[in-house]
Amino acid sequence: MTEFVKPSVEYFELWPLLVVFGAACLGVVVEAFAPRAARYPAQVGLSLVALVTALVGVVLVAGDVKSYEDGAARGILAVGGTIAVDGPSLFIWGLVLALAIGGVLLFAERYLDGGASAFAGQAATVPGTDAETAAIAAQREHTEVYPLLLFAVFGMMLFPAANDLLTMFVGLEVLSLPLYLLSGLARRRRLLSQEAALKYFMLGAFSSGFFLYGAALIYGYAGSLDFSAINEAVRNDVGSSTLLLIGTGLLSVGLLFKVGAAPFQAWTPDVYQGAPTPVVAFMAAGTKVAAFGALLRLFYVALGADRWSWQPMMWIIAILSMFVGAVLATTQSDIKRLLAYSSVAHTGFLLVGVVGLQGSAQLADGEITSLQAVLFYLATYGFATIGAFAVVGLVRDGGGETTALDRWAGLGKESPVVAAVFAFFLLALAGIPLTAGFVGKLAVFSVALAAGAWPVVVAAILASIIAVFLYVRVIKVMYFDEPVGDGPSVAYPSVLTATTIAVGAAVTLVLGILPGPVLDLAAVAGEFIR
Amino acid sequence: MLTVLVLLPLVGALVVALAPHALARTIGLGFALASLVYGLVVASRYDVGAGMQLTETHTWIEALGVHYALGVDGLGLLMVLLTVAIVPPVMLASWRESDEPGNNGARAYFAWVLALEAMSLAVYTATDVLLFYVVFEATLIPAYFLIGGFGREGRGRAATKFLIYQLAGGLVLLASVVGLYVVSANAGAPSFLISDLAALDIDPTTQRWLFVGFFIAFAIKAPLFPFHTWLADTSEKATPSTSVLLVCVLDKIGTFGMLRYCLGLLPDASQWATPLVVVLALISIVYGALIAIGQDDVLRLIGLTSLSHFGFIVLGIFVFNATGGAGAILYMVNHGIATALMFLVAGFLIHRTGTASIREMGGVEKHAPKLAGAFLIAGLAACGLPGLSPFVSEVMVIIAAFDHHWLVGSVAVLAIVLAAIYALWMYQRTMTGPDRVDMAPVVDLDRREVGIVAPLVLALVLLGFYPIPLLDVINPYVHDSLVSVGLGQEGGQP
Repeated sequence: MTEFVKPSVEYFELWPLLVVFGAACLGVVVEAFAPRAARYPAQVGLSLVALVTALVGVVLVAGDVKSYEDGAARGILAVGGTIAVDGPSLFIWGLVLALAIGGVLLFAERYLDGGASAFAGQAATVPGTDAETAAIAAQREHTEVYPLLLFAVFGMMLFPAANDLLTMFVGLEVLSLPLYLLSGLARRRRLLSQEAALKYFMLGAFSSGFFLYGAALIYGYAGSLDFSAINEAVRNDVGSSTLLLIGTGLLSVGLLFKVGAAPFQAWTPDVYQGAPTPVVAFMAAGTKVAAFGALLRLFYVALGADRWSWQPMMWIIAILSMFVGAVLATTQSDIKRLLAYSSVAHTGFLLVGVVGLQGSAQLADGEITSLQAVLFYLATYGFATIGAFAVVGLVRDGGGETTALDRWAGLGKESPVVAAVFAFFLLALAGIPLTAGFVGKLAVFSVALAAGAWPVVVAAILASIIAVFLYVRVIKVMYFDEPVGDGPSVAYPSVLTATTIAVGAAVTLVLGILPGPVLDLAAVAGEFIR
Repeated sequence: MLTVLVLLPLVGALVVALAPHALARTIGLGFALASLVYGLVVASRYDVGAGMQLTETHTWIEALGVHYALGVDGLGLLMVLLTVAIVPPVMLASWRESDEPGNNGARAYFAWVLALEAMSLAVYTATDVLLFYVVFEATLIPAYFLIGGFGREGRGRAATKFLIYQLAGGLVLLASVVGLYVVSANAGAPSFLISDLAALDIDPTTQRWLFVGFFIAFAIKAPLFPFHTWLADTSEKATPSTSVLLVCVLDKIGTFGMLRYCLGLLPDASQWATPLVVVLALISIVYGALIAIGQDDVLRLIGLTSLSHFGFIVLGIFVFNATGGAGAILYMVNHGIATALMFLVAGFLIHRTGTASIREMGGVEKHAPKLAGAFLIAGLAACGLPGLSPFVSEVMVIIAAFDHHWLVGSVAVLAIVLAAIYALWMYQRTMTGPDRVDMAPVVDLDRREVGIVAPLVLALVLLGFYPIPLLDVINPYVHDSLVSVGLGQEGGQP
């Protein structure tokens, strides 16, 4: 029997992770002991301080991690090889933290609805009962949302950095569970929100099961959960390839569910529609980034040597996601559902970048790599998405936030600035030049084409044409359609939401015009380490 | 130098957007005139004969080999001059139009026009394929808001149709642009610079695929049959001034692109595709003229005549001889002037009669001789009357077409007859005959409108008798491009 060896913990490199986790735990304590009036400022302050500290930590760590052997990759394996703090991890950490700061700002917005946040006063009360009325009258609010957000962020950081299947599973669950809860906490249209949460939880739990089963099969094949060991096993072709294939397939189901790829996208529109808009903004951007990070690590590091078996599957899923997302989005009449299907299409575009994986020997000097393209795309998508959903939160009619597309008619006249900003985000999602979305698309298309996946690129072009139609339709509704009834009104946001929108728009514009620095950052991130 | 040319209207657009409402138009016109003057300064610095000039190159996105690179050759220079020359009359013509109730106001209109001018100038001067693509797509945003925000009932729909057609073309183009990047990366160093790409040796199959992408995008833009259906709707619903910008400036990007990118970068594939392209061009020429004859809406009719004229331009480009190439480029300029005149005069007419329906007009000639005269000159220019500038280019293209194949030439000649029918019949139905009883007599052109029309008419006549200055700029370019295709010896200087 092997002796138990206590793993050494690289506290400095894990500092960002630990700060977020610590702050989340501290938030629970605050929630338990602070007086009700003090909770909101305490929680918001704590979350922001923690996230900013972690972000600074990421920058410091990134400046310090050493080059790894051949110089193509850099970073260390921490905690006995379970967590990889390497370039891609740090890039994703930085991105997730930046998006999470935007998320906290949106969560903290209380100005829009006359002093109340977007969250239910008391989730436990049954909608429509006296208890609910009492909770609203007492102006209660759920300040647990901040620790929950921090736990989700912790999961989002652990998930892509996990270097074995078990840690990855832990990351997956830590990231998912708080999101299931947060989805059910909407103050308005609570039944819809609770239904969304239940659906998300049921399907999410199911997909976790797939992931776990896949992990078990891979263990059976390789005799280890460690990515480098799996990689070795795949290279040497040790066990039964049936186990490997089925295991890969089941693991993919778990990950593809999280990124919302077709045919595992069914939860997205319902959850996006039902969940509170700030949660959707954070979840849509953050989960996609984290889950793609994990997906890339699993497929590139552990299963990279077996890419001839999984790349055809990725081709199909990429094409399917793009078309399902784009086609179904055109049929939607609700702006949040429309953006949900658009996110499915974007998952497809990201997968186009994933199929562009090829050996570094096949790349010319200065040619951009698949990893670099996908990381850059994630950055562009994350900021455009969080900004777009933040804008969705502003548009209202008599009954509060309105997401029905026909109620948005005439927004261009009612509020030119908000309409212009939203149009800009839509153009970015459509991939129009001079926005970040265009450079992202260009990057993933080039790597896929360079890897010979031209059918996928052709499909991506066709899907883009369909997708353009839906974004243009929204712009047309905002600018050229006559308003129905009173037309939409725009709630004037506080500095919190305004900051998120402004930063999202600024990043989208700057990355569209000068993408160089971030592309370089993604290039400096180098390859995954093993 | 060229950066300033592009920035001038762009800054103008921002200033106009922020200017007080009452001053917006004056400031806008000021910037347009300044661009015109600056364009002439650029032209004076251009040394007739040599290739790409006034170049500037800076690295933009290093990781992707993208450069911010500008430069003009003979082709680019003419398009730049056409653009800066067309914008001031367009602005003057829309002085009142843009103020009508229900519109978004003159400020937005003038700002978008200047933005469109800036983007178009960037398109014509870009010497990096990705920069070209970026500004190519960016032109659509001002165009979309110009179509959708101003004009007649149903313009929102027309704007959406326009945008979707154009973006679809743009995405196909993107595939080819990315393809070029991959080819250049495989050859060693990824780059988007035209000069680097032209030096590549691309294998025939790849060339053909890339050509298809480029060509579809440019055929939608130009527009060429069967990609033309957005044109009629757009020119019907948008204001005449917007249509001038679209047809006379923006659509030229299509034929410009065919010359610079299809012929310039993919010469073998262009020759491979010639038979099909020539057939499509002939269909455009005849079909465009035929359906124009049957139209009742003046603006739609004019839009469709452009389909026919763009057919001529494309035909001239793809017959691959010096006369055709020079004729096509000259045609691009002449068509710009003639169609601008036609659209603007039709706009004045519609403004006065309150209808665009030919059936409801009549007898304008007696009350408004100047208007009728300008309309007649525009119509005669469209059907290629000798002495007016389109005649020269049309003859050159037809001669080249006969050189290519007698059948091609014979079909192209048909269009002259058809053009006479639509132009003269339109004139007859709107201008001559008895007054319409239900309509007040039409007022003649005022001083502002004469000021818009006169320079265009003058340009048509001058270039009709003396096209040599333009040909001096065009011929070296055509010669160079034919040499690059390996046909340099054939034909001669016309």
